[in-house]
Amino acid sequence: MNGSIVEILQIVILIGLAPAFAGWIKVVKCRMQGRTSPGLFRPYRDLAKLFSKDIVLAENASWIFRFTPYLVFGTVIIAGAVVPMLSTNLPLSLTADAIVLVGLFGIARFFTALAGMDIGTAFGGMGSSREMMVASLAEPAMLMAIFTVSLLCGSTSLSGIAGTVSGAGFIAKPSLAFAFFAFVLIALAENGRIPVDNPATHLELTMLHEAMILEYSGRHLALIEWAGMMKLFLFMAIGSALFFPFGIDAADNISGIPQAFVFLVVKLGAAGVVLVLIETGLAKMRLFRLTEFLGSAFLMATLGMLSFFILE
Amino acid sequence: MDLQTAAQINSFLAAFVLLTAFGMLAQKRIYSLIHLFAWQGFFLSINTAIVAYVAGKHHLYISSVLTLSLKVIALPYILHILVVKLKIRKEVETMVNIPTTMLIGIALVIFSYYLTAPVTELSRLITRSTIAVALATVMIGLLMMITRKKAVTQIIGFLAMENGLFFAATSATYGMPLVVELGVALDVLIAAFIFGIFFFHIHTTFDSLDVEQMTRLKEGD
Amino acid sequence: MILLILLGVPLFAAAALVFVGDRRLAPEVNIAGSAATFAAGLGLAFQVYGQGPMTAGGNFFFVDAFNVYLAVLTSFVSMTTAVFSRRYMRREREHGRVGHWGMRFYHSMFQLFIFAMLLCLLTNNIGVLWIAMELATLSTVLLVSLYRTPTAIEAAWKYFILCGVGIAQALFGTVLLYFAAEKVLGEGGEALLWTNLSQVSDKLEPTVLSLAFVFLMVGYGTKVGLVPLHNWLPDAHSEGPTPISAVLSGLLLNIALYALVRCKTLVDGSTHSHRAGDIMMWFGIISIIVAAFSLLRQKDIKRMFSYSSIEHMGIATFAFGLGGPIATFGALLHMLVHSLAKSSIFFTVGHASQMNKTQEMDRIRGLIKGNPLVGWGLILGAMAIVGMPPFGVFTSEFLILTATMKDAPLMTPFLLLGLGVAFAAILRRVQFMVSGDVPSYQKPMKAAHLPVVVHMALVLLIGLYMPVFLNQWFHRAVEILK
Repeated sequence: MNGSIVEILQIVILIGLAPAFAGWIKVVKCRMQGRTSPGLFRPYRDLAKLFSKDIVLAENASWIFRFTPYLVFGTVIIAGAVVPMLSTNLPLSLTADAIVLVGLFGIARFFTALAGMDIGTAFGGMGSSREMMVASLAEPAMLMAIFTVSLLCGSTSLSGIAGTVSGAGFIAKPSLAFAFFAFVLIALAENGRIPVDNPATHLELTMLHEAMILEYSGRHLALIEWAGMMKLFLFMAIGSALFFPFGIDAADNISGIPQAFVFLVVKLGAAGVVLVLIETGLAKMRLFRLTEFLGSAFLMATLGMLSFFILE
Repeated sequence: MDLQTAAQINSFLAAFVLLTAFGMLAQKRIYSLIHLFAWQGFFLSINTAIVAYVAGKHHLYISSVLTLSLKVIALPYILHILVVKLKIRKEVETMVNIPTTMLIGIALVIFSYYLTAPVTELSRLITRSTIAVALATVMIGLLMMITRKKAVTQIIGFLAMENGLFFAATSATYGMPLVVELGVALDVLIAAFIFGIFFFHIHTTFDSLDVEQMTRLKEGD
Repeated sequence: MILLILLGVPLFAAAALVFVGDRRLAPEVNIAGSAATFAAGLGLAFQVYGQGPMTAGGNFFFVDAFNVYLAVLTSFVSMTTAVFSRRYMRREREHGRVGHWGMRFYHSMFQLFIFAMLLCLLTNNIGVLWIAMELATLSTVLLVSLYRTPTAIEAAWKYFILCGVGIAQALFGTVLLYFAAEKVLGEGGEALLWTNLSQVSDKLEPTVLSLAFVFLMVGYGTKVGLVPLHNWLPDAHSEGPTPISAVLSGLLLNIALYALVRCKTLVDGSTHSHRAGDIMMWFGIISIIVAAFSLLRQKDIKRMFSYSSIEHMGIATFAFGLGGPIATFGALLHMLVHSLAKSSIFFTVGHASQMNKTQEMDRIRGLIKGNPLVGWGLILGAMAIVGMPPFGVFTSEFLILTATMKDAPLMTPFLLLGLGVAFAAILRRVQFMVSGDVPSYQKPMKAAHLPVVVHMALVLLIGLYMPVFLNQWFHRAVEILK
């Protein structure tokens, strides 16, 4: 019973805190670059504004176009239910492991790409094709990284991994370090951050993700943006669950939850700062160099797996 | 420092050595290549010092210092000077594109693992698991020599191979006897001088350090 | 003591020649140094002949019938090469192909090279063996590029890189060997000594030794010039100054083969199988065939004889791989006579190309009329090297063939094919070059008689009548390698 409560709590936190996390990143970034920040709650106001606006639909928009925002939002929420943010004791984590998680993100991406092409504008198609190119390279790398960690922990369930890594007697291994580096690179690519994509621009030559959703407006756009924020939040949570699972509650009771929540907020705050450091330190890559970037992510993950066999 | 910790640090350093080897394979800029080479030497040197401490082999301290002075300071410095003097600014040119080279590199790591498996099984040293990494470093150095066009990069591949060999000696047997280690270091030093002279010869004769231009000696001509 | 002289003289001469530089005296100092080395080598040989195998310098050096005969051969050929190079290099200097610094460098490195080879042979430590082998490569790299022409630099670069790669594999093999030895003999220098290793070879871990042998085979095989690791050899041997070609072909290949054979006996002792021998046989037979057919396509005279060296090293490797007393005896003899005949050929080739100012075989003609010594020397040398009776090469090849028919009959046709093709390829070319009229561009010149005459006489002598001491010597070496 406690499990279901934690489960619901997690989803609420995901939905509720994701915009704040996006805001936090903006604040830190502005501070670092010496600009005035728009405040932590700016994303909430943006979302509210978008929700209040009317939807403008293209004449030839099919059901896919209209359906996609809800689907994307839904898949991210389901994904949120399996990632151990507060507790490893999640009933749903038994139904879906890390591989399903990758699949869920895959579904969301597939429909976004379809929607991008649905209207038939040039930008949408271009964005879709680029997004799929990135995905085709990022997904194998992501799976490889997850496999490495799974091998190390003997489980593909995120809860199981988090339990093993945080458990006593676990010592740091080179393969885990490799997998972590790979994961960081993939997280940057999957969420369209610098150096893969620039989330703050709508310059047509460089757009990846933004080009696909250019035709969306109003409520639909709000849902997609929100899902994007949640995805970023979720990747940070996955990262912390896999590689730094301190403070995640392992017992089946509610009393440990507040403490776990504090840990979560602190870790996410730190992760945001690291993300900002990466983004300010790097420049966006040319599109054709992305293969090298993601190739090195794949290489890292593979090396992690090899060093698991060789060195451990 | 107990054995457990030492073995752990050792395997981390081995992982870093492997990582720098792959980094060199991926690197396109010549300066970064030299830096990576220096880093590799640095990891090796630390690794040797740790093994020396844990195993109580004093002659390994000498090897460690030797590695530090030769492969981290002297050789990168010489290479750096040469690159500046000969005005090599261009990016590293490859014969095979980099992703493919990487995949071959991964295949080589797996190959080395299988090749050294019997040796690893027989060994009782804490460093035994790094033998495969050492051979992989040798193989990757070899790969780098084969796939690069510039004389400087070929030489860095050669030196990386030497690094791998040194690593192999440390991890398989806690280092070769001191006479041999010193002799090998001497040979590397002589080789360094020779390639230094060579760069100037090639540069003045061919007006570039591109090995591709050396195609005069062919069969049946 | 005598060992110390043997190794010390070339090292001292190398240092001294740096200071002598380009003075008129330099070639004479070079000859004197080599002659003293040869005398010491002979002294050592008599000592070993009388007293049997010995160690010296606190187990650091080790001499037995196998390596002492190679040491004598090395010092002898380097002495005659020094005699030859006196006249040859002086002409090169006059032609302006080598400068002041080049000559200083040449003489000094020549002695250093001899030192490295002798150290290779006489050391008891397989690690030091490796170091000396690398030193021998490094000391000759810049000699190959002495003329500073684009092709010479290219050849030297290839030599440097490919041999560097090869020798690195050999070091890995040595590490593995040490790994296996350390378990039996304990840590430290003792575990790398031949004398200790050969006693405990049956206790060494066979899997590790097999793996080690693969690396050693690739490593030292590169230096022996075995196909497919031979790419550097024709270039390096054809682009350098001819005296260097003579010692590279005649001596360095032998040394590398020596290292390989020593390692093979250890591996055989450990695995109790013929696996290492099989690997060597295959490398050998492939080298023979490929080199023989490459001989047909050559236009450059020095390149052609470099391929001939690959072929003969293939024969020796094959014979060592075959094993057994007759084949091993044949291989040892073959190393000796090939070395003598090949260096003699290079001496005449050097003169021939200096007379005609080219290494292209199409432009070399009328050597017998132009200079009888060079012409007859070349044709007799070629007859010797292709294995015509009554020269010594015939004896050794005949022994090897007999052993092959007995132990590995299926290999015989391949061996015969290789020998036959090489026979035709070399004689066809050489006959063309020595016959005919003297072309207008050919300049008469004085040739160095002594080295050619002495070498050919020795090869002929061994073919007609094998001296008793040589016979006994080889029998002892065969015993060691069994």
